[in-house]
Amino acid sequence: MQEMLQYLFSGITNGAIYAVIAIGFSMLYNSTDLINFAHGEFVMLGALCMVTFFGTLHLPIVLAILLAIASVAVAGLVFERLAIRSVKNPEPIVLIIITVGASIFLRGIGMILWGKDAHTIASFSSHPPLDIAGAKLLSQSIWIIVILLLTAVGLQLFYKKTLTGKAMEANAISKRAAWIVGIPSKLMIMLAFGLSTAMGGLAGVIIAPITMSSYDMGTMLGLKGFCAAMLGGLGSLWGALIGGFLLGILEAMGVGFVSSGLKDATAFLLLLFILYVKPGGIISSASVKRF
Amino acid sequence: MFFVNKYRSMMITLSIVAIVCLMITSPGIAASDKKPYKIGGIFAVTGPASFLGDPEKKSMEMVIEQINADGGIDGHMLEAVIYDTEGDPSKAVMSVNKLINKDNVIAIVGPSTTPATLAVMPIVQRSQIPFISCAAGNKIVEPITPWVFKTAQSDIQAVATIYKTLQSKNIKKISIISVNNAFGESGKEQLLAQAPDFGLTIAKSETFGAKDTDMTAQLTKIRQDNPEAIVCWGTNPGPAVVAKNLQQLGLDIPLYQSHGVASPKFIELAGAAAEGIMLPTGKILVADLLPDSDPQKAVLLDYINDYEKKYDASVSGFGGYAFDGVKILAGALKNSDGDKEKIRKAIENTKNYVGISGIFNFSPTDHNGLSPEAFVMVRIADGTWELME
Repeated sequence: MQEMLQYLFSGITNGAIYAVIAIGFSMLYNSTDLINFAHGEFVMLGALCMVTFFGTLHLPIVLAILLAIASVAVAGLVFERLAIRSVKNPEPIVLIIITVGASIFLRGIGMILWGKDAHTIASFSSHPPLDIAGAKLLSQSIWIIVILLLTAVGLQLFYKKTLTGKAMEANAISKRAAWIVGIPSKLMIMLAFGLSTAMGGLAGVIIAPITMSSYDMGTMLGLKGFCAAMLGGLGSLWGALIGGFLLGILEAMGVGFVSSGLKDATAFLLLLFILYVKPGGIISSASVKRF
Repeated sequence: MFFVNKYRSMMITLSIVAIVCLMITSPGIAASDKKPYKIGGIFAVTGPASFLGDPEKKSMEMVIEQINADGGIDGHMLEAVIYDTEGDPSKAVMSVNKLINKDNVIAIVGPSTTPATLAVMPIVQRSQIPFISCAAGNKIVEPITPWVFKTAQSDIQAVATIYKTLQSKNIKKISIISVNNAFGESGKEQLLAQAPDFGLTIAKSETFGAKDTDMTAQLTKIRQDNPEAIVCWGTNPGPAVVAKNLQQLGLDIPLYQSHGVASPKFIELAGAAAEGIMLPTGKILVADLLPDSDPQKAVLLDYINDYEKKYDASVSGFGGYAFDGVKILAGALKNSDGDKEKIRKAIENTKNYVGISGIFNFSPTDHNGLSPEAFVMVRIADGTWELME
């Protein structure tokens, strides 16, 4: 029982990170029908910015977090302006290849700026791990889960209650109709890019204290986040959350009850199975397809 | 028809050129005594393995400069021809072909990684050229290939060093956690193979991905058997995560790491969780802590001094592989007249060469020449290394 609980905690922590990454994927897919394969690299940028602002420059933690997320969002906007919007023939496949190229480019930038070594920073708070029925829950895990839930609720409110959010949603449902009622489509897409990469940055920021950040950490995280988004149903906020947690918990249980060598395989096999049974992901009905 | 003719005439021209070249150069070798000995070097100077290749290249250049300053070998100066493999086995193969066919080197030192070494071994074996690898893998010298030697310590010796310590502490039951790449697999193989020799039983053998962010699940699984010690095999950053997770879980089990994390970087990454961790390391990391009676101490301090003065960069243990390689080769070149078979024999008969990575005693059945004494066990205390025993 104690072991089971520990696997669950480990899974929830990783799952929350996958979920934040998956939300970024979903958000962008919603507004642009684009899968951004450079998304993992934005997670890396977030983590390494956090290393610089919090670890090296010793800024206050809240300021460091905001600065790191803002830097990544700015990088995302620059990426959209330079690499995506300037494409003459924006076929989805062309754009996807561009994001793959961008991911290699960003990894190179990361290596030049932060070097090849891994970096680490301290936890957000230095509380000892919580003891729940013999299993340990890290303070950083609690931070991660709380931040994830706040973000999800915040996004939900943003999309449902604010004019900008509603405009983004309208633009996602039908660009043409949104344009007719006077919603600036380009601006909305830019906003979607900014928000999506900011989510990537956030994932990097919250993960930096529990793991080692290096320039090549993004690819695998991006892939896992993408799987989580697919698992939950691409384009759905709650789907991303469910997919992320499911993937994380399955991985941890896979390690605990099957074999640590088959950790990734267990999770990906289940992904295949779910996609076979429900090709659109767990939450995939038309009514909840969009945010 | 046209193409065949064109091709044939080109071949003839090339053959003539080749023959002329041979006629021009071959009397030169026979006649001149003072012709420099050309030694090839292939290292991963750039790319992901540059942390190995860069200090290796610098060390090779440094030691050759020193030998030449002392008047060379039997009056022959040494000349290094160094190519960058970028850590890529196919580039290593191309470089070796170039060294043998174009540069006519008499021996080769490098490459930096095990895959690259395995890729070039068939070529050096076929061309019969003395070859000293700087990579660590056991497969390089097991089974023995007559022309292939290596100077880096193997997992075999590292595992034996850890197990000796465990034995002296009367530990019987351990668990292993290793990274699932070539380094971790090879370490795991040795850990499993040597355990019975030291009376150890292995309760569990877990793995983790090189980029994994959290290993608490594996450690939880390991905890179930209450092992007396955990041995972790990997290179940064994974093992630092293991150390942190172990501390966070509040497990009070001694943690042993491999020589793969024997660098100050590990202490920096693991932070407070590094305290008390024990690991084997080449002596270069703790050169100034060694007792004066250690025969390697003087060699190590000289090397560190020279390297840091010349390159104004802190020394790493990896450059020593190339340093030892060139030194051993230089010893073998004495009285060889550049005859490759004589050089090979001389390397094979090198005894008691005191180098950076250990004291080498080569033989026809041992082309690495090192014993477990090449490693020392260190413990991390107050953010620095401390020699054990």
